[in-house]
Amino acid sequence: MKLGFSPAEELFRAECADWLQAQMAGAFRDIKGITTLTAKAERRKEWEQHLGENGWSCIGWPKAWGGRDASLAQQVIFAEEYARAGVPGRVNHIGIELAGPTILAFGSEAQKQRFLPDIAAGKTIFCQGFSEPNAGSDLASVRTRGRLETMADGHEHWVVNGQKIWTSLAHISDWIFVVTRTEEGSKGPKGLTFLMMPLDQPGIDVRGIRQINGDAEFNETFFTDARCPADSLIGAVGDGWKIAMGLLAFERGVSTLGQQMAFRNELDALIAAARANGAAQDPLIRQRIAKAEIGLRLMRYGALRMLSNTDHSRIDGAALTYKIQWATWRRSLGELAMDVLGQAGEVAAGDSYEWDTLPNLFLYSRADTIYGGTNQIQRNLIAERGLGLPREPRGDL
Amino acid sequence: MEFAFTDEQRMIAETVRGFFTEHATSARTRAAMAGEGIDRALWSAFAAELGLAGIALPEEHGGTGLGMIELALVAEAAGAQVAALPLLGHAMIGQAIAKGGSEEQRAEWLPRLAAGEIIAATVWAPEAQLVAGRLSGTFALVPHGAVADLLLVYGGNNAWIIDLKGAGVTVTPHVTMDQTRPLATVILHDAPVEMLDDCDAAIAAALAAGWICLAAEALGGAQETLDRTVAYARERVQFGRPIGSFQAYKHRLADMMIEIEQARSAVYWAACAVDENSEEAPIALHAAKSFAADTFFMCAGNMIQLHGGIGFTWEHDAHLYFKRARSIQTLLGHGAYHREAVAAMILGAAA
Repeated sequence: MKLGFSPAEELFRAECADWLQAQMAGAFRDIKGITTLTAKAERRKEWEQHLGENGWSCIGWPKAWGGRDASLAQQVIFAEEYARAGVPGRVNHIGIELAGPTILAFGSEAQKQRFLPDIAAGKTIFCQGFSEPNAGSDLASVRTRGRLETMADGHEHWVVNGQKIWTSLAHISDWIFVVTRTEEGSKGPKGLTFLMMPLDQPGIDVRGIRQINGDAEFNETFFTDARCPADSLIGAVGDGWKIAMGLLAFERGVSTLGQQMAFRNELDALIAAARANGAAQDPLIRQRIAKAEIGLRLMRYGALRMLSNTDHSRIDGAALTYKIQWATWRRSLGELAMDVLGQAGEVAAGDSYEWDTLPNLFLYSRADTIYGGTNQIQRNLIAERGLGLPREPRGDL
Repeated sequence: MEFAFTDEQRMIAETVRGFFTEHATSARTRAAMAGEGIDRALWSAFAAELGLAGIALPEEHGGTGLGMIELALVAEAAGAQVAALPLLGHAMIGQAIAKGGSEEQRAEWLPRLAAGEIIAATVWAPEAQLVAGRLSGTFALVPHGAVADLLLVYGGNNAWIIDLKGAGVTVTPHVTMDQTRPLATVILHDAPVEMLDDCDAAIAAALAAGWICLAAEALGGAQETLDRTVAYARERVQFGRPIGSFQAYKHRLADMMIEIEQARSAVYWAACAVDENSEEAPIALHAAKSFAADTFFMCAGNMIQLHGGIGFTWEHDAHLYFKRARSIQTLLGHGAYHREAVAAMILGAAA
């Protein structure tokens, strides 16, 4: 057990920090410090490409696909320095953290050639089509249908009809991966297929959903005879559930540490606000800030445990409990932020319904305990997979 | 950076877990509770057969020469069985002497501590003053004070060790809620003391070892309350179903696991930070002590609730965990104290 980094790793840290800070002080200073996912989307696509050109986009990927074969420690370091430099979140998060690793793990050679270099280069932005109006927590009950049809040109295509929802950033993305029901009459996790579809086509219509914070990062995505070529599926027909579950496991990777550094910035903003308005002298606020600080540090060490774990034969408790841990922590931080700010926190800075970091955190964090599996679903998973308790009884489909 | 146990650490963990599960049985712990609050045979076996009393003491003085991580592994396993052992005082005085003792003091005391020949206790007394080189005063609520041979009185800029079997010592045991670590009041009257060579180093080392020991005990205890309650949830049937199939029930167990996983990170972060002399060590220690203690108490309370009536009986072991958890919360600074220490580090001192 060892927490420190080696001198070579510290050198790498300095290299990352220098490069990132230089970009944020130079050509990309206009996007420094952005905390919402939607602001300045076009500039942030340019940033994705800039990262790709300089080899900093997907450093953990194999060199052959645009990565650096970076070690775990190097990935940890890069994620930390990325957020420390005030670089905004990756608009291609879904591409680099989910679609890419899924294609690497389950895709054909041709699919790797087709997608991985472009994802790494920031030229292909992905979004995720899982949830539907009637398939939320019960993700396996998707109804969006896919069927193979021979087109006028003689080629087979998948034809997709249905609706996805909560498709984050679909309005700025190029591709979507979609879990579709391809076996007529199938139920639950059986009969699903995982398809990759280009968004820019007449059969796909993306409509924004305004959220409680006024922003519109999520969308509804409608499919009306939308198409993709027959070889657009990952894995085999009927493997969709397996691929989707494999993909969700990638979500607990190194990116969690970058996410934590963004949390660090939020906690630092809260601490600065508490110092500025005197709340930092209130003993009860001090207790809660200390709790938040401790919680964040424990998140870091939980993530390091999770990443250092090489024994994948056993359930990893740190990984299994991570989602509910961070989501709940951040929701509490949002509530603490409002107690620190007082009424000043309830007034927007400008004349539109847009919020600074802390009030936005308060509002946005209500989504954290819902998306990617609600806290209640997380507790079911922890109890069933982690503790071996009996499964929830299921109703007839 | 590799935040995972080495093979050696894993082996130690398995050994101590096996040892305490086999020997620190409920029946033996209860026998100790009815007596002096110490299982002397278990202590001897732990020190002599297992040879682990000196796990974190230097090799040249009879110890194993390992660090806080390994000490935590031992305390975690002992805490899992609520073993009635004087580990806390032993760990604290051992580190105080190892880090703050002169070469003579180390040579005199450490081999005997490593062999488990001495039972030690400690008391925080920052106001204590010597008069003509001797110590007088009432030192209340000393854990395992009634069975201890050696007492560390520390605080302020002082760290003294006192032979409790020597002159000028009166010890009064108290009926204590947690009977596995009973408290006693020690009254000293012109007792001779031995001042450690580097008191500041001794105090820092004693506190670090004490906080890690308590936090690790709490982690082990919390995990055990979860494991035992999960076993009960799977076998107990009501309304025609195992009670562990009800969401209201399983979600409480899930909440226990969520806290325990964080407590595990906290304990080994703190232990590792102390071993590596990291600048994070102070914040890690306060985090570990407060978080693990609160986790244990939450879990032990849930253990009683989730067992229903049987959990409230003397016969069931739930109360052993519940009472140990409560005492750990108080010992060496309660949660609010540690959180305020963290707040002072990040916000500056309170006005």
